[in-house]
Amino acid sequence: MDFATITAELLSGFGTSLILFTGTLLLSLPLGLLFCFGSMSKIVPVKWFFKFIIWVLRGTPLMLQIVAVFYVPGLLTNGAFRWPDLNTGWQWFDANMDKRFWAVLFAFTINYAAYFSEIYRGGIQSVPRGQYEAGYVLGMNKTQVFFKVIWLQVVKRIVPPMSNEIITLVKDTSLAKVIGVTELMFAADAARAKGLIWPIFYAGAFYLVFVGVLTFVLGRLEKKLSYFKV
Amino acid sequence: MAYLEIENIVKSFGETEVLKGVGFTMEKGEVVSILGSSGSGKTTFLRCLCGLERADGGSVVADGERVFPLEKGETHSLKIGLVFQDFRLFPQYNVLENVTLAMNLLSKQEIKKSGDKKRKFTEEKDKNEARAKDLLKKVGLIDKIKNYPCELSGGQQQRVAIARALALSPDILCFDEPTSALDPALTNEVLKVISDLRNERMTMIIVTHEMEFAKNVSDKIVFMADGVVEETGTPDEIFNRPKKDKTREFLSSSL
Repeated sequence: MDFATITAELLSGFGTSLILFTGTLLLSLPLGLLFCFGSMSKIVPVKWFFKFIIWVLRGTPLMLQIVAVFYVPGLLTNGAFRWPDLNTGWQWFDANMDKRFWAVLFAFTINYAAYFSEIYRGGIQSVPRGQYEAGYVLGMNKTQVFFKVIWLQVVKRIVPPMSNEIITLVKDTSLAKVIGVTELMFAADAARAKGLIWPIFYAGAFYLVFVGVLTFVLGRLEKKLSYFKV
Repeated sequence: MAYLEIENIVKSFGETEVLKGVGFTMEKGEVVSILGSSGSGKTTFLRCLCGLERADGGSVVADGERVFPLEKGETHSLKIGLVFQDFRLFPQYNVLENVTLAMNLLSKQEIKKSGDKKRKFTEEKDKNEARAKDLLKKVGLIDKIKNYPCELSGGQQQRVAIARALALSPDILCFDEPTSALDPALTNEVLKVISDLRNERMTMIIVTHEMEFAKNVSDKIVFMADGVVEETGTPDEIFNRPKKDKTREFLSSSL
């Protein structure tokens, strides 16, 4: 196997990694906010329900969750439930979006939503009570205060910890390999099984470059929000 | 009947009874200063009046209209503004935006409610901006409208906060120790703005530790101690002929 063949295989795996990363981010950012509001709810059963979910998702290995999400629904329903195979016509970058992909996307989304929800919570709770009161005495309602006064201050505070999680997510996508999703590390390891060790370092360079791009973009966002102090 | 009648406001936090029946009356255009040592309940009283805390009992009537307590769903038309000790400007907005934000939100709501499609938000926005600029001129900050709160001194921030509170044309403007977070050099610029407002007959309730200022600017002084109004009177009565021992003690320790 020559360099060009390996490159093509790694690129195809990287495509899957990239879609998994983007999909997880797009879904878990809003879902995390929902988890966050749930865990801060004044309704006690709702609060404890979400706190329990977050505890389980943060308290067990992501690898375990991937396996559980892929196999358990089918086992519980005697095979009636199946993760969809939307393979045909869904191939971007040659990415394989079969039932394994959807199960992994689901597992990643809920797992990252749990982590994001705690970052949101920290951000929301760090905005002083006085900011809410200043909004209320100006006749704003709760929704207006949250979106017009509080939210951007929360965003500014959470960009650094969020960046950290987002970078971790890039490398966590390699865990999808555990149920046979053909992502970047899967492709590199397939080459290793044929006796080549260098493709895994080549794959490492893909991660490094991508994380480098993300670091740059997130740094720009942080800088963009530096015009005010909280 | 006085313009504002406050009677017997009671408020407890858990076991601690902070307000044990606070009340006074004032007329429109008057300035009332509330004096008293720390812990006497001045700030809690002001927060109850502005609706940031819910009083446990008592009543507030303004211009013959009941303001507190209200039945569920009942509203009142009294607009009370509040200026905080620690300014509380919105850090992500510049000076002009801090003043226009609440006005613009209100305009949007009104346009939505009226259902009048001819009313354009952009026109309202321009009006609000013009009004905000007038107010900022009044507090002497027209050259800072594009600055962010973190670029301003404490005195400047507090003057923006006053303009922000005035934007909604409050019937009564309250101040909660507006100069306590400022060093003496910056205190005067804020007090001057409040004096100017007095000259325009703005109805104001001021919680303050600035004795000289309270003496000069107030029509009436309310002296509070331990959650009750100990004594009320004109500045002359309170400062020169106090009737109660507690008032005398407080004045001798603060002057």
